[in-house]
Amino acid sequence: MSVATTDAVLPYDEVLAKYDPVMGLEVHVELGTATKMFCGCATTFGAEPNTQTCPVCLGLPGALPVVNAAAVESAIRIGLALNCQVAEWCRFARKNYFYPDMPKNFQTSQYDEPIVFDGYLDVELDDGEVFRVDIERAHMEEDTGKSLHVGGSTGRIQGADYSLVDYNRAGIPLVEIVTRPIRGAGERAPEVARAFVATLRDLLKALDVSDVKMEQGSMRCDANVSLMPKGADQLGTRTETKNVNSLRSVERAVRYEMCRHAAVLEAGGSILQETRHWHEDTGVTTSGRPKSDADDYRYFPEPDLVPVAPSRELVDQLRGTLPEPPGERRKRLQSAWGYSDLEMRDVMNAGAVEIIEETVAAGATPAAARKWWTGELARRANAEGKAVSDFNVTPAYVAELDGMVASGRLNDSMARQVLEGVINGEGAPTAVADARGLELVQDDGALESAVDEVIAANPDVAAKVRDGKVQAAGALIGQVMKAMKGQADAAKVRELILQRLT
Amino acid sequence: MTDITRLTAAEIADRLARKEISSVEATQAHLDRIAAVDGDVHAFLHVDPEGALAAARQADEQRAAGESRSALAGVPIAVKDVVATQGQPTTAGSKMLQGWIPPYDATLVTRLRAAGLPILGKTNMDEFAMGSSTEHSAYGPSHNPWDLERTPGGSGGGSSAAVAAFEAPLAIGTDTGGSIRQPASVTGTVGAKPTYGGVSRYGLIALASSLDQAGPCTRSVLDAALLHEVIGGHDVMDSTSIDAPVPPVVDAARKADVKGLRIGVIKEISGEGFQPGVQKRFEESLQLLVDRGAEVVEVSCPTFEQGLAAYYLILPSEASSNLAKFDAMRYGLRVSPDGVDSPSAEQVMAATRDAGFGDEVKRRIILGTYALSSGYYDAYYGQAQKVRTLIARDFAAAFEKADVLVSPTAPTTAFKLGDKLDDPMAMYLNDVATIPANLAGVPGLSLPSGLADEDGLPAGFQILAPAAKDHLMYGVGAALEAALLEQWGGPLTPPELAGDHVKEIAR
Repeated sequence: MSVATTDAVLPYDEVLAKYDPVMGLEVHVELGTATKMFCGCATTFGAEPNTQTCPVCLGLPGALPVVNAAAVESAIRIGLALNCQVAEWCRFARKNYFYPDMPKNFQTSQYDEPIVFDGYLDVELDDGEVFRVDIERAHMEEDTGKSLHVGGSTGRIQGADYSLVDYNRAGIPLVEIVTRPIRGAGERAPEVARAFVATLRDLLKALDVSDVKMEQGSMRCDANVSLMPKGADQLGTRTETKNVNSLRSVERAVRYEMCRHAAVLEAGGSILQETRHWHEDTGVTTSGRPKSDADDYRYFPEPDLVPVAPSRELVDQLRGTLPEPPGERRKRLQSAWGYSDLEMRDVMNAGAVEIIEETVAAGATPAAARKWWTGELARRANAEGKAVSDFNVTPAYVAELDGMVASGRLNDSMARQVLEGVINGEGAPTAVADARGLELVQDDGALESAVDEVIAANPDVAAKVRDGKVQAAGALIGQVMKAMKGQADAAKVRELILQRLT
Repeated sequence: MTDITRLTAAEIADRLARKEISSVEATQAHLDRIAAVDGDVHAFLHVDPEGALAAARQADEQRAAGESRSALAGVPIAVKDVVATQGQPTTAGSKMLQGWIPPYDATLVTRLRAAGLPILGKTNMDEFAMGSSTEHSAYGPSHNPWDLERTPGGSGGGSSAAVAAFEAPLAIGTDTGGSIRQPASVTGTVGAKPTYGGVSRYGLIALASSLDQAGPCTRSVLDAALLHEVIGGHDVMDSTSIDAPVPPVVDAARKADVKGLRIGVIKEISGEGFQPGVQKRFEESLQLLVDRGAEVVEVSCPTFEQGLAAYYLILPSEASSNLAKFDAMRYGLRVSPDGVDSPSAEQVMAATRDAGFGDEVKRRIILGTYALSSGYYDAYYGQAQKVRTLIARDFAAAFEKADVLVSPTAPTTAFKLGDKLDDPMAMYLNDVATIPANLAGVPGLSLPSGLADEDGLPAGFQILAPAAKDHLMYGVGAALEAALLEQWGGPLTPPELAGDHVKEIAR
């Protein structure tokens, strides 16, 4: 199996000079329901293969589906959060095609009667510009099983000795969110794609309907990309890059396809309508299977299920369960915390909004909460390849630490040592500071004599400071801190030195 | 001593209750009868003496302990092989599922077991319930006990033949376009298709999901009602099952009262195209109902004439999708293609489906795949669904004028094995009178109306009722049955199997 990496690409600037990109994004989300879409089997991730199956999700002869009401409610809540209409009456349909990991050889899905439709999602880009993405629909369906191809070098079916199928995933409820063609994003198309998926992910997380883990496949994005020559109004032929599984990849894959399409078109070729595979390692897409209008799924209404007709009371009740939209919440918190746009974006990117909120609630200042969670802790977690949540550090501990700094008991470097102890499991910040004997020296006499000694020992430096070169005091401060073994308040040391020399 | 196998289920239940016989005796008697005659009839694909006798012993023990589980506890039954039975083979009459033993019971089987009915075995059928003669079974045809050279109808010919041949007092059938009623008609037995959703479809190997309905095959209307009560009712595992109590079918069958009832004769399903002897018995039966106080009105259901065409688009469409699961991946047959070293999944699937499916099944899969395909959906499947709506409207209008509707069940008596095998259209026409009820989801019942003069074979009388009013058809059926039995001086009995000389019949 060779992966074609020789596709020509056009430089991005040239692409944009000649073409307008049009995107369509389809995001599959595995719902976090306890049971499957059409049966009572568990949905736990990572269980032993084929242990979470029954006649229904294995598609055994005679078995029948029954709709999971919790999944329907999740789908409606997603729709409401995406400003969609909720169908008063809709049906499931069968999408017929053959594949070994699909037990019935049809997927029970929704076709022309989705549960929710006609909505939008406002997406904020890095510079604060808001881009509105129209939502065509979101519909419910069941996931398929998973194939494992054994023996080949690539893990693909070609060249494999045999294949194993795990049906644990078969029947897990999915919601597929489909955008209308996204036009007018121009050079920002890749960024819009990433921001859309990121915003959607935050929204779904806030709704608590899915764990939205792209790396585990519980959220997957298919990106359709086409190019229109500038000034044209006819949509170009699109390709569909399947199962892109990180935010960064969404952005890169869209950009790559734009550049590849342009190169093909510039060379006088035409784009083949097909699915493409994204390769994270090489940053390119390769051809999947040709996908044309000849694909015939022979959809028809699923006769084994009665229609879904959510009452308006239920819809209203579900509307009442919607969380504050993440965008509005972010604005509210930014204003309350007094963060700059840049600071807020850092916090968002670090996924630290909730934990900062809890830390502030526990008594820390917003500035200190941000500093600890997106600074020292994030840095350490990153260096150790861990998540911040892997440390034994709670919002309450951070608030406690901040209190000790604010009261003058610890300085910054001492606070870091205390945090180290907390991470090592030595207990709460106060206990760590006590055990390690970390406390700023509060005895002014000792400090003053240390200052006098340092000034006496460095007459040249002292002279400079007297001459008005205040920055030279830094060297003296450092020596005093050293003499105090770090257990002094640097601001106070500086104040004492300047008192004496000016 | 009366041969137990000649008793109806209600009579067996009565004697069990009075402890004149035991369930083990009743079950053994039927197993013996199967051993004696099934070589000729071939009603069964699988017989389970051990399982049936164990269930019978349990029923006897419970009765002795004073805990009888249902009115039919201890009465043995046969089950059409399209119904999943845990631990017993279930093939749907197809090579595709040869030897497959389901790991679960259909809901109706769960209910039979809970009600204490020993399951004698699985009955023969047209492959995946496609056919009107049981000649499309991959395991060879069943024979009509009235004339072994004739078909017992289909697709549930095995169930009706088993009941007609006294191999079982009760059997389960499934009716997608008439597969309970048409075999009942040509074997001189009773068959009832409940309202769509009246009996759970969970565990029935689907032919056409929107049409399939399981129901009783018996020798009396009361038996059908008793069995209906056991297997009917809501099932959370089938979202199309009706969430309401079973209609009072047993009460209606016991009352057998038609006084003041308006009986509508469907103009479009009788007369021309129906065998004269069949038509004649139908008219006489109608007169018997009038004699008992019913009023006859003529009703017209003009769109019924399009029913057959609509049915033969909807059925194959759904079937093509339902049968897609038979792909050699997880269960059943797996055939490797000849001359291919390491075949792909697609090649194995194609070879398996080629070898495993019979001609009629392939014909309908191709029809259905075509009818659903893009560009043809509206012209075929979509149009057929519209006809279906019109048929439902015709029924609604007819039920304004009449409480029940009646017609001959099948246009002719049993035809000879092989006669229509090469002419699918002629075969399809056999279900012309029964199909509209499936398209509209209304219940239907067939009972014997006598023997046609020209061939001495049974003819059937069909009664259709509004949805969820199944009890009306049982009431009318029981009244007619009583009048006919009075006239005949006893039930109709197949001549060839009437005596013990059955084994001497030259085959």
